[in-house]
Amino acid sequence: MDWYPLFNSLRIAAASCILVFFLGILCAYYAARLPRMIKGVLDVALTLPMVLPPTVCGYFLLLAFGIKRPLGSFLARFGIQFVMTWYGGILAASAVAFPLMYRTARGAFETFDETLACAGQTLGLSNTCIFWRIRMPACRQGILAGTVLAFARALGEYGATSMLIGYTPGKTATISTTVYQLWRTNDEAGAFRWVLVNLAISIVVLLAVNLLERPQRTVKK
Amino acid sequence: MSLFVDIEKRLQDFRLKIRFETEGGVLGILGASGCGKSMTLKCIAGIERPDRGRILLNGRTLFDSEKKIDLPPQKRKVGYLFQNYALFPNMTVQQNILCGMHKETDKAKRINELQKAIRLFRLDGLEKQRPCQLSGGQQQRTALARILVNRPQVLLLDEPFSALDSHLREKLQLELLERFSQDVVMVTHSRDEAYHMCQRTAVMDCGRLLSVKNTKALFADPGSVCACILTGCKNVTPARKTGEYEVEAPDWGIRLQTAQPVLDGVKAIGIRAHYFHVKANQNRYPVEYLGEMEEPFEWIVKFRWRNQSSDAPPLWWRVPKDRRPAEFPAQLGAAPVNVLLLYE
Repeated sequence: MDWYPLFNSLRIAAASCILVFFLGILCAYYAARLPRMIKGVLDVALTLPMVLPPTVCGYFLLLAFGIKRPLGSFLARFGIQFVMTWYGGILAASAVAFPLMYRTARGAFETFDETLACAGQTLGLSNTCIFWRIRMPACRQGILAGTVLAFARALGEYGATSMLIGYTPGKTATISTTVYQLWRTNDEAGAFRWVLVNLAISIVVLLAVNLLERPQRTVKK
Repeated sequence: MSLFVDIEKRLQDFRLKIRFETEGGVLGILGASGCGKSMTLKCIAGIERPDRGRILLNGRTLFDSEKKIDLPPQKRKVGYLFQNYALFPNMTVQQNILCGMHKETDKAKRINELQKAIRLFRLDGLEKQRPCQLSGGQQQRTALARILVNRPQVLLLDEPFSALDSHLREKLQLELLERFSQDVVMVTHSRDEAYHMCQRTAVMDCGRLLSVKNTKALFADPGSVCACILTGCKNVTPARKTGEYEVEAPDWGIRLQTAQPVLDGVKAIGIRAHYFHVKANQNRYPVEYLGEMEEPFEWIVKFRWRNQSSDAPPLWWRVPKDRRPAEFPAQLGAAPVNVLLLYE
């Protein structure tokens, strides 16, 4: 059995999870302090990929990064091409997973007690220090939940991925595109094997989350 | 050592416009909730920005709208005790206190200071506990330790005792006073706290400071209706001048002699619930009994003057249990010195 789709799926999911983690937190942090009007507009724009069908997201990505489009051809000059490459999958998965991270992180930041940050400031702590040592740990549960959701979503991404990077065995194949491809070519046993792999990964991720959450909960009572 | 504040800030319902200076010791700001007390402290600490004005601390300019100076809170050297203490929930007591000393680079010195603070605030044995495991009093002591190791030049206390059980409150009020040498500004809605802790007290109403006075003088002569009510007076009624030492209270249907000369602008009078007497020589009028409420050491008796207008609220008379007459008296009075003249 060729394990390439597993390897490819995992690296795409991991890379987009890291990307979305920082990007989502950054956007959530600054969005939480914007005036209500601007926040509303920004919210719609940033959450849109979550409600749009993934294929539509893929369509928009192709509009932007297609090799004949201005941005795509500009990037191609530096040898960067998102269409039909494995790292194009990171772009597709990130676009779809981003809103999950953004929204859960924002929700967590909005419940954060701002007086804690004020107390840190009057004690002379720098704003960066307050962010990493006080705000992030206090919002840990929400941020962890967002990260897991984003990872799971990136791992299972199909629509936008197949639009942007297609299915090339040994090159752009991911688990989800492989399952579809094998099913389509009547290889039911092959598809079933990959379904089992996918199930195994999902269970491991969920177990890991539960283990991570438990010790902190007992401390918090 | 002094803090000078002269600021203005537009708030939702009113305009905050205050000016005061500390003179050492504890300055209390007494006001109802939502009058702008906490906002004042936040402006001093740099958490909120006033629209205009100046804030000076020991000669240093913290804020000056004309010179465009607005130091960040980190550089103000102002200690701020929040109402809920704002301990960092993810850190232990020890880590919380160390946050106040993060600028000290010498590790040995830091540990030394930490141990001193832990001993001073009786936090021994709690070093590794998290805030949620502490009692209210322990939380307050941790927050104070964290602030004082940071060596602030002025201490701002925002309703410091409101989160504590009442039996702890008075004990901690005494303790708190012994622990700091710097100027303190304390915001409270409790007249008892102000009386216990503050040498001087300012009364605040809708963003304005009505008067800054010696605390005892304020309670003896509040001067305004708002200050009179905030200092705990239950019986306040509109009044007008009828003689050099006499006022008429139309709603109560009586005239009262005063000890102080009545000035022209008198608007109202107040008589504290403790100051009615059965055997008063002056200001004695027929009364009618309305009801009573028992407290641990006192009775609160509600009554009305016989000629009181029907829409005026009943009066309160507080009488210690051992001095309560067997029958409700036909007449009650108050000494002229206890008739408070209110001009605002």
